[in-house]
Amino acid sequence: MMDLITQLAWGPNGWGDELAAGTLLTVSLALATLPFGLAIGLLVAVAKTSGDKSLQTAANIYTTIFRGLPELLTLLIVYYGGQIVLQRVLALFTDAYVEVNGFVAGMVALGLVFSAFSSEVFASAFKGIPAGQPEAAQALGMTRWQAFRLVTLPQLIKLSIGGLSNLWLILLKETSLVSVIALNDLLRNTNIAVGSTKQPLFFYSVALLIYLVLSLISAKGLGAVEAHVKRGEQRTA
Amino acid sequence: MSDTTIPIIEARTPPPEAIRKWTVSRIAGTALCGVWIALGAGLAWSLYSAFDPDVFFKYIPKMAEGLIITVKLVVFSIFFGGLLAIPMALARMSKSEIVRGCAFGYVYFFRGTPLLGQMFLMYYGAGQFVDQLQSAGLWWFFKDAYNCVLLTFVLNTTAYQAEIYKTAIESIPRGQREAAETLGLKKGVTFWKIIFPQAMITALRPLGNEIILMIKGSAVASLVTVFDLMGATKLAFSRTFDFNVYLWAAIIYFSIVETLRRTWDWLEIRLTRHLVR
Repeated sequence: MMDLITQLAWGPNGWGDELAAGTLLTVSLALATLPFGLAIGLLVAVAKTSGDKSLQTAANIYTTIFRGLPELLTLLIVYYGGQIVLQRVLALFTDAYVEVNGFVAGMVALGLVFSAFSSEVFASAFKGIPAGQPEAAQALGMTRWQAFRLVTLPQLIKLSIGGLSNLWLILLKETSLVSVIALNDLLRNTNIAVGSTKQPLFFYSVALLIYLVLSLISAKGLGAVEAHVKRGEQRTA
Repeated sequence: MSDTTIPIIEARTPPPEAIRKWTVSRIAGTALCGVWIALGAGLAWSLYSAFDPDVFFKYIPKMAEGLIITVKLVVFSIFFGGLLAIPMALARMSKSEIVRGCAFGYVYFFRGTPLLGQMFLMYYGAGQFVDQLQSAGLWWFFKDAYNCVLLTFVLNTTAYQAEIYKTAIESIPRGQREAAETLGLKKGVTFWKIIFPQAMITALRPLGNEIILMIKGSAVASLVTVFDLMGATKLAFSRTFDFNVYLWAAIIYFSIVETLRRTWDWLEIRLTRHLVR
């Protein structure tokens, strides 16, 4: 058991630094995906709740597609398909060979999936805000943007924070899929460690434990955020 | 005596139909729909122009076999997971702190870590204990990647389904249990005849989502040499470099998920029609 622990040492003789680097990549990939996924999700949700039929249809197609495909397949399609498309576009100008960056491919694929699900969360949050509120804001002379920023958005955050927290936890776990496209995230570095030490049980347990700790920290942090945005609500019973 | 009949109002021409103005959102919506149509046409064109009959007739049967494995994985894991999930849900609500704690730990572990990692742990971890497993007479089970994947999926979905059942059972008002007790019904009868059927109605929606998650999640089985639909697709791509195979797989997965989702919506409406007021 002791010699297993020493395997986790820092430096060239242990795998501690590799696992830490992998963890860092996992977290940064998830964090990099988040703003992009939230922004698109919000836009799609605005389209879904807009009065226009064609806009709603376009938004619903988006959600249906990226909710219906396995994340792994979306990732591979973005990675390999992106490569093909990029190559064809570049061939018009130059004959240089450019490889699609794995991190960007992962970010795009996970972001597409995340935004499809977050748009559903935002759309149902929009429905939770009575139409009278933006109307009242308009009656007070606010512009549409002011009404959105000052009246709708704060309530929207409050109504959607629970669903978004769940999506973040799912995103954190789904980043493990990028290990397939040779991106050195936590799981791939663990695979490398297992390949060289032949200790799968130990290293995979450590990796899962790290994921668990990341979920735990996120859940705590998000709980605090939720408590903060809901601080105005009365706590009865 | 005055005439009380009301004169018939002559039919009037209906008001003219409102003209749909070209608002910003209508322009954007039409443009975006156009983008989708263009993408759909592009997909169809790509499938048609780069269609290679050799690849198609060689690998479509393989993908069909893969699809059967995918379906088997999902059906078995949902079924066995469901069987295990009910005792797990009851353990989550147990009066004993130890039982509750263990069940909580189990659920937290499987819901807090990636399915892919769990699968690697099971598959490669079992490979580390060949001798022990052989002497225990269990090696025949673990030497097959399919079995390892199935076991991981069952354990994983047990955790998710347990949480679904727990929430559903807790949503049944306490008065139901108390009323049953007042009527002198046994605890088992109360659970199976009163609590459980009502809880299942609440659990229907999240259960459908879980099945869909499982169908999509089962694609990771391809990463430990199981030739499910995704595995067959990856094999075909690695041998032919024909990108179309991924698009075929996408269409197949998408159709399954969409069909299931729509069936489930219909099922939910059908099963809850007595609850609609």
